[in-house]
Amino acid sequence: MEQGSILKVAGPLVVATGLGSAKMFDLVRVGAEGLMGEIIEMRGDRASIQVYEETEGLGPGDPVVPTGAPLSVELGPGMLGAVYDGVQRPLDALEAQVGSFLARGIDAPGLDRDKVWEFAACAKAGQRVEAGSIVGVVQENEVIEHRIMVPPGVAGELVAIESGSFTVEQPVGRVRTDAGDEVDLLMMQRWPVRIPRPYARKVAATEPLVTGTRVIDTFFPLVKGGAGCIPGPFGAGKTVTQHQVAKWSNAQIVIFIGCGERGNEMTDVLMEFPELTDPYSGYPLMKRTVLVANTSNMPVAAREASVYTGITMAEYFRDMGYEVVLQADSTSRWAEAMREISGRLEEMPGEEGYPAYLGTRLAAFYERAGKVECLGGPTRPGEQTEGADAPHREAECTPAAATCDLHKACRYGSVSVIGSVSPPGGDLSEPVVQNTLRVVKVFWALQDTLAFQRHFPAIDWLTSYSLFLDKVTPTWEREVSPQFRGRRDRAMSILQRESELAEIVRLVGLEALSPEEQILMETAKSLREDFLQQNAFRDDDQFSSLKQQDGLLHVILHFHERALLAQSQGASLKAIFESPVREHITRAKYVEEGFEAEYERIMAEIDTQLVGDMPNPGHSHEHTEVGS
Amino acid sequence: MSREYMTTRDIVGPLLLVEGVEGVTYGELVELEFPDGTRSMGNVLEIDRDVALVQAFQGTRGSNPSETRVRFLGRGLELGVSRDMLGRVFDGLGRPRDNGPEIIPEKRVPIYGQPINPVSRDFPDDFIQTGISSIDGLNPLVRGQKLPIFSGSGLPHNELAAQIARQAAVLERSDDPTKVGPVMEGEFAVVFAAMGITFEDADYFMTEFRSTSAIERAVLFLNLADDPAVERIATPRMALTAAEYLAFECDMHVLVIYTDMTYYCEALREVSAARKEVPGRRGFPGYLYTDLATMYERAGRVKGKKGSITQVPILSMPDDDKTHPIPDLTGYITEGQIILDRNLHRSGIYPPVSVLPSLSRLKQKGIGPGKTREDHADLSNQLFGAYARGIQAKELAVILGEAALSETDQAYVRFADSFERLFIQQGKTEDRSVEDTLALGWELVSLLPRSELKRIKDEYVDRYLPAKPHEYHPGEEDANMTPGMPAGRDEIGGDMVGVRK
Repeated sequence: MEQGSILKVAGPLVVATGLGSAKMFDLVRVGAEGLMGEIIEMRGDRASIQVYEETEGLGPGDPVVPTGAPLSVELGPGMLGAVYDGVQRPLDALEAQVGSFLARGIDAPGLDRDKVWEFAACAKAGQRVEAGSIVGVVQENEVIEHRIMVPPGVAGELVAIESGSFTVEQPVGRVRTDAGDEVDLLMMQRWPVRIPRPYARKVAATEPLVTGTRVIDTFFPLVKGGAGCIPGPFGAGKTVTQHQVAKWSNAQIVIFIGCGERGNEMTDVLMEFPELTDPYSGYPLMKRTVLVANTSNMPVAAREASVYTGITMAEYFRDMGYEVVLQADSTSRWAEAMREISGRLEEMPGEEGYPAYLGTRLAAFYERAGKVECLGGPTRPGEQTEGADAPHREAECTPAAATCDLHKACRYGSVSVIGSVSPPGGDLSEPVVQNTLRVVKVFWALQDTLAFQRHFPAIDWLTSYSLFLDKVTPTWEREVSPQFRGRRDRAMSILQRESELAEIVRLVGLEALSPEEQILMETAKSLREDFLQQNAFRDDDQFSSLKQQDGLLHVILHFHERALLAQSQGASLKAIFESPVREHITRAKYVEEGFEAEYERIMAEIDTQLVGDMPNPGHSHEHTEVGS
Repeated sequence: MSREYMTTRDIVGPLLLVEGVEGVTYGELVELEFPDGTRSMGNVLEIDRDVALVQAFQGTRGSNPSETRVRFLGRGLELGVSRDMLGRVFDGLGRPRDNGPEIIPEKRVPIYGQPINPVSRDFPDDFIQTGISSIDGLNPLVRGQKLPIFSGSGLPHNELAAQIARQAAVLERSDDPTKVGPVMEGEFAVVFAAMGITFEDADYFMTEFRSTSAIERAVLFLNLADDPAVERIATPRMALTAAEYLAFECDMHVLVIYTDMTYYCEALREVSAARKEVPGRRGFPGYLYTDLATMYERAGRVKGKKGSITQVPILSMPDDDKTHPIPDLTGYITEGQIILDRNLHRSGIYPPVSVLPSLSRLKQKGIGPGKTREDHADLSNQLFGAYARGIQAKELAVILGEAALSETDQAYVRFADSFERLFIQQGKTEDRSVEDTLALGWELVSLLPRSELKRIKDEYVDRYLPAKPHEYHPGEEDANMTPGMPAGRDEIGGDMVGVRK
């Protein structure tokens, strides 16, 4: 193989010459230790290489060997539950090799070569297959069935396939391509991280991603296949919010990228996820999770690569027909890594020293999110499976549904991306936030002022937004309650009105408001404290189902309506505000089992205590609709 | 093998460009000898074919291109480590400064260290009792954490850091959630790194350590204000290398205090400017975050090792501005921050910890049943919330007058005042146990109507709330008389069941 040599070393950037036919973004091995690097600029015979490891000790004349391939990840059984660094080296394998500290020049394959998997073929020899066709499955763990697909670019006749025990390098079958070549089918495929994986077409996403966090689900929902961002100054709770979504979201696969963040936070995830139970499957959360951990003290170039490594894995699971949530914490560190490399290349900087292509790169990354119709048709070709008689709607064509006969023709998968942004000084006008906001549709603005008041999650309800609200409303109406959207809007308008009135209160005091307005202020306070505030560390509060969120909102708004009625019938504000039922409203969010009955009771109590003495013939203890 | 050259071409600020070199590697250690015979250490920042860019730690005063000898030493910057370092004082590059003998190193370790593999980390969850209520009660420090003190010129951050170093103790786990465990015995060490601080400040720490004989378990690295600025870039890494040795090879629990990070960053900026790099915010280099992270992230615990490294970096915020790049980037890496406040300091409150913007991200892991006490987390949330509300009410009172406040808000104002005077305020040598801190907290929340204690579980309120209102405020009964509480609630509960049936 050709071998080049180093000319220049400056931090993570190495310039080499003599690399022959190496191409842009090809992977190279640098120095005697064979450090991983990637070509990012070529001028004549000189190639600039970003090295994924510490470069101390390298000097001119040291060898550089091109590998002839771009930076790729290995995709196949064995990824779930794994912890990788930014270039897909499994961290536990590295630990076994060199101990607790990451030495240089160590390497381990992304997928375990010795592990034997039980492959169950579901396609038959003689069948025609194309890229993305599922030829068999591996039950990777109790939760996830790993579907083995024909890799992109391969199509033809399946000439051999067999079930049995294989490692990821042993062929499970063979395809005779249209050109007449025979290609072995492995359970493992490789894909270059910087290129999006192909799909049949993108489709509109309408199904809400339920996270169990009330302010998100009710006020600013994300859809499966959508992209959102969480900007906020330090200490506002970005990471906790990200963890909450990773833990409780109703996606099937979670990819969590710790990009330039704290080592102890990754440890937290590593220690906690195996202990936590996935509320949907009943098994440990780690079974559906892949972690990419490139902490802030690990090499900066690998940090730049880590988000691509993560999203390529997410796309791979999407292609199987799964719903995937990808979380990147934090994209600012990724942008800074780009800035650092760009600076070393002596490129002309754009805003605040960031490279001029920052916006393009961010947009290209977020655009890899989405709900797609996967390549390769149905999940199981030519196979009658159980559940075929169950009725399905188009919108519900989830992988489970896709195995049914009615939906043979389609397989849908989605990647939702949630990126956190750490703007310097909490200044939202900085380039990373601004470029991100141009491409994402959901914005969860964290405020440190809320965090100081220990209002968590510190998502500012006045500046946050979600453009998916109208898209999820039909699903809400079908699955939660027809009134949910109305209640949500009513609550939002109360909170909005509160912020206007707060100005007046600050100047002239609460007493200057009309009784109706005072009631509104009190309801807004209740919405903030009893609905929006949610304690991520309290077992009985960290997750609320959509139905419970709706119920809770109903209770609070019911109090509001009854308070207005009581006041109009002559009750004093003091009596209303100090009615004992308020204590129950405060604690309502902690009710877990049987919340429906409990909320009914509280609403009945509101009626008795506020307007009970009044003649109110038409009233019963049924749900009373809230006017909006 | 060392190679010597006298082929310096350019000298710019602390940098020298040396031509015609061979076999030089990135990061290599360099010894410089100036025409007048003075020597300086340096390292290679960039190597381009036969041209090396060298940064001189002691500056370039007295050097000239033709007569400066540049020796490349064939190794990177290293520190010789040994247990004998305990009790010694070194300069910013790890050479003895206390007229003592050279250390006979057990081994030499590169100061840049290696990142801890995230899967090898053990989560920090041992509560460190600092004896300071505003920290223990609200923003507890945890073993293996990095918790900086954001301060400003003229604020008592040195006193606070010394007090933490003196009083820090770890508690044994306790089987009873309602009891706090006893103080754990173990081997402790303090590693102290001074970057650009004055002799007085350094002397304060040395005297503090001596007077409590803490010096015997301390290692000091001093780069004072009149020492070469560029040397400061190496100082904290020297200290951390020593700390890693003591923690992970000698099984000690090491507290690393370094001060002042602002001077460190300025030295970094100086070098960056001399290299004509594209600056980021306020002229600091774009890689400041990564650079700081390579130091802060060296805190932690490692699975299978007994020792731990806890870091308390001190930085003075220029103009008390938290959004300045140094505190800002630090806050994004460290697990929280303790912020000192000038107004509290002026009102004579020590330590002037500004409670609301201060934060310890690991507190949820370090407190609670077994570690401290079951009610700790809820109580601290309540104290936070109540203090924030009290401050808000006080602001309101400034505009409207105290009389315009509701009864509840008045209770909050009284709470906030007592909180500052009794809870935050304490003596410079006062070592409060965590029980004392919690008891004080409960006494303070009893100033509020019970219905306001929304963030505390009922059972804790029942168990820990003092029966009588706070003795300092005899007018308190009114605020405590909230209708229907708590006895009325049970009756209602009974009624409710009746309604449903």
